[in-house]
Amino acid sequence: MDREETSARIAALIEPFNKKEVAITDATRFTDDLEFDSLTVMDFVAAIEDEFDIIISMNQQAEIETYGQLVDAVTKLQG
Amino acid sequence: MTDMLDDDVTQAHVDLFSKFDPLIAMRRDLLATGVTDPFGLVMERVISPTVAVCNGRETILLGTYNYMGMTFDPDVIEAGKQALDDFGSGTTGSRVLNGTYAGHKAVEQALCDFYAMDHAMVFSTGYQANLGIISTIAGKGDYIVLDIDSHASIWDGCKMGDAEVVPFKHNDIEAMEKRLRRIPEGAGKLVVLEGVYSMLGDIAPLKEMIAVAKKYGAMVLVDEAHSMGFIGPNGRGVAEEQGCLDQVDFVIGTFSKSVGTVGGFCVSNHPKFEIMRLVCRPYVFTASLPPSVVATACTSIRKLMHAGDKRAHLWGNSRVLHKGLRDAGFQLGTEEPQSAIISVIMPDLERGAAMWEALLHEGLYVNLARPPATPANMTLLRCSLCAEHSAEQVQQIIGMFTRAGKAVGIIG
Ligand SMILES: Cc1ncc(COP(=O)(O)O)c(C=O)c1O
Repeated sequence: MDREETSARIAALIEPFNKKEVAITDATRFTDDLEFDSLTVMDFVAAIEDEFDIIISMNQQAEIETYGQLVDAVTKLQG
Repeated sequence: MTDMLDDDVTQAHVDLFSKFDPLIAMRRDLLATGVTDPFGLVMERVISPTVAVCNGRETILLGTYNYMGMTFDPDVIEAGKQALDDFGSGTTGSRVLNGTYAGHKAVEQALCDFYAMDHAMVFSTGYQANLGIISTIAGKGDYIVLDIDSHASIWDGCKMGDAEVVPFKHNDIEAMEKRLRRIPEGAGKLVVLEGVYSMLGDIAPLKEMIAVAKKYGAMVLVDEAHSMGFIGPNGRGVAEEQGCLDQVDFVIGTFSKSVGTVGGFCVSNHPKFEIMRLVCRPYVFTASLPPSVVATACTSIRKLMHAGDKRAHLWGNSRVLHKGLRDAGFQLGTEEPQSAIISVIMPDLERGAAMWEALLHEGLYVNLARPPATPANMTLLRCSLCAEHSAEQVQQIIGMFTRAGKAVGIIG
């Protein structure tokens, strides 16, 4: 799956978590812009893991601050 | 290469404490409402496992995790005094150098006997036991799969090691299995669970979870800090109660709750377990427990092997308090009493703190737990029962809760 398709699927997954309907770009930050707390992060990460059948460990999550970084990571994790 | 600063130039000072500003503000706002600081209580005198003097007032203790009431057991006290006389006040050394006395070996043997396991390793605290074992056995390229509501010492053990850390939703067997299934083949896997989760007092479906973990070839560590002495036919914990203790690779426990002193341990049947004593840094690079502490722990553990009456009384207390608080209209952490922890859910931090203080004025101490330490950011009043609470004390406690709850407006 290429980056564009991955991005489209993640964008769909993010919707229920994007309570304030922030416009998403690659630079959107999860904590600062989307105001995700740790519980939201857990549910959102679980949704992505299930959608793509991958693991995003906490170690990897620590490196992901923006939407663009997440799309890159998921694209890469799918191999 | 960056240039050195000129002699007459200094950079702006950055206060490393500014990251605590939100917490400082939250505390200030809370205390500004006039409530007593819930995290600054002093026990001026301790009269028994269930009663202390706080602010000059006799107070029933309902938040101490002193489940079996061993802190004033005459045999335990006597063993401690004897050890002070015979071995002195401290070891001044690491377990692997000059800090292993006869008493340390004796308490490890008591643990082997208590759990019917081959190996026991005693740490200076339960916190260090989790920190040490988890960070040491799960290394680079290995995966730790753990419950999201795990105790801080488990999280810190994960953080200290080099393994990949993968949490799953609390007690969710399917969520755990999905994560195990996705781990690359050949990687080492450690599943970390707790018998009793201390925030809500709920237990884990260990039998099902451990069966899944084993199907995926994982090793299993279970923290039984809040079950020792009164859950399971021999008080070995939730895994024993559910008949799966033989499937657990490592049990972590503490002396700071049912045992009634301080210290932590890991018991295991792993044939190579003894190597931990050389490679586990939180075991090696710290001083061992004082002789009096290991002597009190040893005596207490051996007495807990024959504490059937106390255990039955503790469970009775738990059932009566759970029903009493529920009937009074409080929202509790579990539908049924599952452990010796009854957690009362507060509507918010302000009213939780007000309720905590109202209880203290009634003469009752409970634990206030607040976000972010709590699941789902709840504010909780955690009650932990003791086998030494009398039936009358439990009724008194229900009365105090009811009066305070009405005064603060938490129940109608
Ligand atoms: C689940 C759990 N594990 C470990 C610990 C740490 O025990 P200790 O007080 O011996 O450091 C505690 C207690 O705080 C606990 O609740």
